[in-house]
Amino acid sequence: MTAPLHDTTAEMEPTAPVDPAVAADAKKVEGRSLKQIAWRRLKQDRVALAGGLTIVFLVLVAIFAPVIVSLLGHPPTEFHQDQLEELTNLPKGDLGGVSGDFLFGVEPNTGRDIFSRVVYGARISLLVAVLAAVVAVVLGTLFGIIAGYFGGWVDSVISRAMDLLLSFPQLLFIISLVSVLPDDLLGLTGSGVRVAVLIGVIGFFGWPYVGRIVRGQTLSLREREYVEAARSLGGGRRHILFRELLPNLVAPITVYATLMIPTNILTEAALSFLGAGVRPPTASWGGMMRDALGMYEHDPMFMVFPGLAIFVTVLAFNLFGDGLRDALDPKGSR
Amino acid sequence: MIRIPAATRPRTVLAYLIRRLGAVLLMVLVVLLTTFSIFFLLPKWAGQDTAVLFAGKATGAEQLEGIRQKLGLDEPVLVQFWDFVKGIPMGRDYANGGDVTRCDAPCFGYSFRTEEPVWDTLKDALPVTGALAAGACVMWLVGGVAIGVLSALRRGSVWDRSAMVGALSGVSMPIFFTGMVMMGIFVHSLGWLKIDDDLSGADGIDIWLQSLILPWIALAFLYAAMYARLTRATMLEVLGEDYIRTARAKGLGEPSVIRKHALRSAMTPILTVFGLDLGALLGGAVLTEQTFGLKGLGFEAVDAISNKDLPVILGVTLIAALAIAVANLVVDIMYAVIDPRVRLS
Repeated sequence: MTAPLHDTTAEMEPTAPVDPAVAADAKKVEGRSLKQIAWRRLKQDRVALAGGLTIVFLVLVAIFAPVIVSLLGHPPTEFHQDQLEELTNLPKGDLGGVSGDFLFGVEPNTGRDIFSRVVYGARISLLVAVLAAVVAVVLGTLFGIIAGYFGGWVDSVISRAMDLLLSFPQLLFIISLVSVLPDDLLGLTGSGVRVAVLIGVIGFFGWPYVGRIVRGQTLSLREREYVEAARSLGGGRRHILFRELLPNLVAPITVYATLMIPTNILTEAALSFLGAGVRPPTASWGGMMRDALGMYEHDPMFMVFPGLAIFVTVLAFNLFGDGLRDALDPKGSR
Repeated sequence: MIRIPAATRPRTVLAYLIRRLGAVLLMVLVVLLTTFSIFFLLPKWAGQDTAVLFAGKATGAEQLEGIRQKLGLDEPVLVQFWDFVKGIPMGRDYANGGDVTRCDAPCFGYSFRTEEPVWDTLKDALPVTGALAAGACVMWLVGGVAIGVLSALRRGSVWDRSAMVGALSGVSMPIFFTGMVMMGIFVHSLGWLKIDDDLSGADGIDIWLQSLILPWIALAFLYAAMYARLTRATMLEVLGEDYIRTARAKGLGEPSVIRKHALRSAMTPILTVFGLDLGALLGGAVLTEQTFGLKGLGFEAVDAISNKDLPVILGVTLIAALAIAVANLVVDIMYAVIDPRVRLS
């Protein structure tokens, strides 16, 4: 039986690009990994793909911010008083001073280029959100898998700690913490400290969400036959935890990490909005909204661009994460 | 939130409640102790002096010593913490030799900045946040669940698709952006509404409603979107269950099937999330109050934090932690009301 099967696949391969239906049949025979199935489903989900492309675009904008700004804008902390009305300090011209020179207009009072500040704001937003998600995923996976696998008092302690963290008044706590932390910490100075603190704190309060999911999955996975097989073959704890269980947790963890990034972006923006984010004059979207809050009665355009930047970024991650979840769901029929 | 294993489950509802109230108190104490240590230990490590925070930098050494005596700042942190906790039910005397200030129960200490009792500030701010949070909760639960149910019943329709696109956009909007856009439109451009920051209700109910309607929508919008998605997903799952088919087969009308059988069982996961979200609600309230300039707990907290006004921060944190813990308890009790399979006793 093996020979003909082998023959057919060998014959099929050259024709595969010509006829997609036949190619699909051939692949069915080969059997597909979850990764392949997910990728196929994701490719068909146009909304998720649009989200994914937007994310790629935003990441490129963040990386090449200095280049983009030198081509299309002005340095983000440079004042342009000449762009403002003398009496009111509001931008000259309509729509908050939008012009070919200043693509998104200028800030009231300072005349700084809003376009440049929005572009640089992407850096802070994405850096903090992604690294905080990494912190949360690493901590959550580690504690979740330990709690789920060992059970008993270890599980009780970790679960209670997660409950406690989840019912903490987080936002208040974080702004309190940021306000008392000194400006120089562990050899970092300036806005570096704030960025590091934001990553650490947002990540720390995020791990219980990952931890609960990983714990629940581990609880059910550890009873599976393949784990028992590994154990009876003499596999050590570390082997079972990280070689047997972890690979099977990758899908839910990936989905959760993707969906955590938009939440982190919103948290970072909220903290900056409340004055607990990166220090001015470093540009951040939340910080710009804070500046705009006192001004938007007279200059509504000031808040529109940073607000839209947050909205588009968060929406892109949500759309992509949603599609990823559907694609990775083994029961999903869509 | 705290699961009790079957073997140790208390026999009566009363015993359960007492146990849970104990857990609530413990939880509040832990939150408070953490906040307390942040403000009394971290500045010390960073070389700041709490007495200077209280009195301002220009104070002489002698006066500072007096303040330290009076506030007990030289005591170990745990003793200070205990004095603070004890002061809440018992009241507290601040003494520096013969100079005694009596602070009646509930005593949360005095604001470093205004020197008013913290309790007075909290008393004024609490109804504002309470009204904001309660109104928003009702709006998002009713709105979110209704949209979710309708979407689930008309799966794949234009309504369903646009509702879900709307919900996903709603989840992606920061509260302060929604708030500012709405204020810009309805208050500043069209002039339909007026925001009054005095929410005592002294100016009449219509002013009170006018001032709160936009904050309610801004705060509820994000959550309503989340709940619509969640409700839709759970409803779709539940509607595929066998007992729904049974209910239909026995000739029960469709509205009854939805209300009595499907929705009731779909409410359980929604309640779970609701309990968790109440913790985050305070964060949302902070942002909403800041955006609309409402003088609630969140506003006072941010103000206090930027002024390093420790007693006010502690007071707000205490109220917040207490509210979250109690709300979680209420949610757990509601489980039993909604889902007959859950028994408290």
